[in-house]
Amino acid sequence: MKIPYYPGCTLHERALDFDKASRECARALDIELEELEIWTCCGAVFPLTTDSVMDILAGVRNLAYASRLGDKVVTLCSFCYNVLKRANKVMRDDPEKREKANLFLKADTDAREGIESYLKEDYTGQVDVLHYIEMLRDVVGFDKIRERTKADLSGLKVAPYYGCMLLRPKKEMEFDDPEQPQIFEDFLEAIGCDVVDFPMKTECCGGFQIVREEDTAVACSQTVVNSASRRGADVIITTCPLCRYNLDELQKKMEKSVTGFRKIPVIYFTQLLGIALGIDEECLDFSDNYVDPRPLLAEKSLV
Amino acid sequence: MEHRIGVFVCHCGTNIAGVVDVKRVAEELASYPGVAFSTDYTYMCSDPGQNLVKDAIKEHKLTGVVVSACSPTLHEATFRRAGVGADLNPYMVEIANIREQCSWVHQEDKPRATEKAIKIIKTMIEKVKQDEALEPIAVPVTKRALVVGGGVAGIQAALDIANSGHEVILVEKEASIGGHMAQLSETFPTLDCSQCILTPKMVDAAQHPRIKLMTYCEVGDVAGYVGNFKIKIKKKAAYVNRDVCTGCGLCSEKCPSKTDSEFEEGLATRKAIYTPFPQAVPNKPVLDAEHCLYMQSGKCGICAKICPVDAVDYTQKDEFVDVEVGAIVVATGYDLYPIINIGEYGGGKIKDVVTSLQFERLLSASGPTSGVVRRPSDGEIPKEVVFLTCVGSRDPEHHKAYCSKICCMYLTKHAMLYKHTVHDGQAYLFYMDVRTGGKGYEEFYQRAAEEDDVLYVRGKVSKLYEEDGKVIVWGVDTLTGQKVEIAADMVVLGLAMEPNAQALELAKKLKIQVNEWGFLSEAHPKLRPVESLAPGFYLAGAAQGPKDIPDAVAQASAAASKVASLFAEKEYHREPIIALVDEDECAGCRVCVSVCPYDAAEFDEEKKVAHIQEAICEGCGACIAACPSGSVTQKNLTDDQLFKMVTAALED
Amino acid sequence: MRLKLSAEVIKGDLVERVAELSGQNLSACYQCGRCSAGCPVVEEMDIVPSEVIRLLQLGQVEPVLDSETIWICASCLQCASRCPRGVEFSSICDALRAIVLRKRLSGSVVDADEVTRTMVSDAPQMGVVGALRKLNG
Repeated sequence: MKIPYYPGCTLHERALDFDKASRECARALDIELEELEIWTCCGAVFPLTTDSVMDILAGVRNLAYASRLGDKVVTLCSFCYNVLKRANKVMRDDPEKREKANLFLKADTDAREGIESYLKEDYTGQVDVLHYIEMLRDVVGFDKIRERTKADLSGLKVAPYYGCMLLRPKKEMEFDDPEQPQIFEDFLEAIGCDVVDFPMKTECCGGFQIVREEDTAVACSQTVVNSASRRGADVIITTCPLCRYNLDELQKKMEKSVTGFRKIPVIYFTQLLGIALGIDEECLDFSDNYVDPRPLLAEKSLV
Repeated sequence: MEHRIGVFVCHCGTNIAGVVDVKRVAEELASYPGVAFSTDYTYMCSDPGQNLVKDAIKEHKLTGVVVSACSPTLHEATFRRAGVGADLNPYMVEIANIREQCSWVHQEDKPRATEKAIKIIKTMIEKVKQDEALEPIAVPVTKRALVVGGGVAGIQAALDIANSGHEVILVEKEASIGGHMAQLSETFPTLDCSQCILTPKMVDAAQHPRIKLMTYCEVGDVAGYVGNFKIKIKKKAAYVNRDVCTGCGLCSEKCPSKTDSEFEEGLATRKAIYTPFPQAVPNKPVLDAEHCLYMQSGKCGICAKICPVDAVDYTQKDEFVDVEVGAIVVATGYDLYPIINIGEYGGGKIKDVVTSLQFERLLSASGPTSGVVRRPSDGEIPKEVVFLTCVGSRDPEHHKAYCSKICCMYLTKHAMLYKHTVHDGQAYLFYMDVRTGGKGYEEFYQRAAEEDDVLYVRGKVSKLYEEDGKVIVWGVDTLTGQKVEIAADMVVLGLAMEPNAQALELAKKLKIQVNEWGFLSEAHPKLRPVESLAPGFYLAGAAQGPKDIPDAVAQASAAASKVASLFAEKEYHREPIIALVDEDECAGCRVCVSVCPYDAAEFDEEKKVAHIQEAICEGCGACIAACPSGSVTQKNLTDDQLFKMVTAALED
Repeated sequence: MRLKLSAEVIKGDLVERVAELSGQNLSACYQCGRCSAGCPVVEEMDIVPSEVIRLLQLGQVEPVLDSETIWICASCLQCASRCPRGVEFSSICDALRAIVLRKRLSGSVVDADEVTRTMVSDAPQMGVVGALRKLNG
């Protein structure tokens, strides 16, 4: 089965490891992620000011591209998922902004001579934005994943980190309970891990503050990492490249400032899925991780 | 017949006259066909105003009256009585509402408001022209009351009705009466022991010659109307013949099967055959089939073997008893909003985060810890305890919009009682506003802060989580603008009060109104606070809205006095504005029977036509709208009347 | 210091602008402080979120525009998610930033040149783009 796929900038650059693992896992589960033929950055952050039509255009344009391929689009990055889903909701619910955005898209199309018009008709939110984990649950089914799981992950204590953008705002994301989410727990249970519940799983990693005020991001990330660590996690999983970066890379700072700091690897959830499904190690690239998960995985005979 | 109608335009001070040109209205209507007299006056509802109406009726030989004033819900009765005083049939007096429906809502456009007032009055003149003189419907009254719910409100209502000389049936779904009050440790602001003041009332109710106690029972089908209700009561199978049982307690003692005790809020266990608490009334056990080894697997049977009077009966079935009553008091009480809904406070997964009722049990001398405050996780005495108000209350975005009213006070009491048992402990109470609107309440709050060193922190806690055997509290002190963190040994949640889960179902059965949160609606928020809009139903206690014990008891007594005044008359008089079937026109399709929400429409098998039972019909009009042949009409609101009224409204 | 209140002060144009741009009903806030209690970066703020809203309720926009707070908010939406009155502080923050950035009132924002020079090779693209959009307009 083919499903349209929007990777977003980060998965094409800094998070190639995430993109690769995710495509391989999909393939192993009989799904081909069909990358949109043209796409751009989604804008990364959804504008919270009421007058911003320009700021949602990038998201809308990508949704309009996606509508050429099918009625849904799958994405992985939490920021992309948040922006696309919220922009889509604007296109569904706000007639004034919908009209304006379509006028922009039309002007954009007209200006691109030689490129096939991507906008055949007004975009009205007809595409469903799916997160990859939702695809696993609703399209593939966790039961099928359970059946296909080859590796024995029992005893591997995994802390699922949700962060902010998947869950909030609840009314627009409609992803899971923002206080007690369950979807990654269910996923981890399906692939046979020991799930570690930790209180900071929905707290912020510091996000883009890493660019402005690194100390702030370190403080936030440290709260999250410590919490998982105290609950005995061997590894943290995430679906956001920025969370991965902050939680993993910033451990460099944490270990300097905290004596006896226990480092803990942070990997993408599809990398763990890849291990569970017995996907070729070459497809699971851990070379970019500051805290190398491979010794842990070797210890558990998983690589 | 010649119409001689009087129009009386009220100024209502400036409420109407400030917007509507009342003089012009009165003048204009004087020449309207059928009007014999038209005038205006400052306050028509005053004695001189009423006399003006009476005198005009006599002097001008009026056949009908239109009082143009406020809503008929306020003064219709007043002016109908005035009509009677001048020998005019009360149903020939109508109200044209030119205040709520005109002056109050059209303050920006006075000329058009005046026009609208004229039209409203004209429609009512047209109505009066075709009104018939009616007589109220008299129905007999069965002088026996049903009280649903055996908490303190239900007990009080039952006692007061019984003491005024009438029989009462008190139905309670649990094995004992007492309700939540029986679970409480001590009560604010006097700190008297809750059970000590409640149990005498429980015993009084049980022993009262005119009160029939029906515990472990539920209200089933309800039929009839005010004065004449017929109710089926389900006696749930207790698997114990409670008439024979002596309450010796041997069965519970020997029963090998344990489960969480509801009375102890899950902090202790009870047996499968059990009395909920030592002072239970009646002090006789029931058997919980779900946890009974014999009922589940056929093994055991110890209780039956050991019972000295052979009261245990595993074959018992639910039984139904029919009762007839004239009035029903609904006192179904409250539940705490389920903790599972508060994910940011752990959703019930953190052991040392307890509900307020759990904390009552921990404080209670008869509780699972014998009154020593011990936290559930490890039984240690907590040294840092945090109390949170407004958990689920005042949160329209996620939970309940309303204030649960009593949490500020009972948490203050909790903090105080905690300090009285753990002297070196520290109590923190997070609040948004400390609401102490009751006699002696403010003083009680001041005492907690001053004498017991309870630290009141103004702010709402964002998150609770467990870490290293502590409950970490993420709060704020909004008075200094600082985020606050406390590593607490225990946290007590002042969860919102919500109506008892089964009460909504019961309200549907009884056909009484509830508000958006499921609390029973009173007929008027200020003037009829203990009656339902449906006649014959009275409200008491927290089922009507969050309230403390004094309020619940006061409301129960008020409801009882309403019942007593209903029972004081031989007959009850009902409004005659009801539906009427034209038997010649009726095709017998029975649509009216299916749409009638009160079961007033019935099918006459002999005549093959519909029939409306006068004593039940509420005059809601559903059957009239539904009747395909137009053969059902409303008295004094016929189709013809409506057409004339609409025509008058639309005329230029 | 004495704050002189009047209808004019409370309902100033700039306050109206914040309410309009953020789409939030500032009057709905009853100052429970839950936004401040749950904010992951509140320690870094000079005026905590609930105080920002209080200042706006009092018509005091200037001190808020000058605050560090509005640049520290990471838009994690925890405040909005838990607010019992449905007031989104994160949106108010975006509106305040927009007022500053659209007028270029302040230099207290990230420097695009510096960010691209030092960060782009290392930080995920989404972080850089996000920061530039939030903090540089």
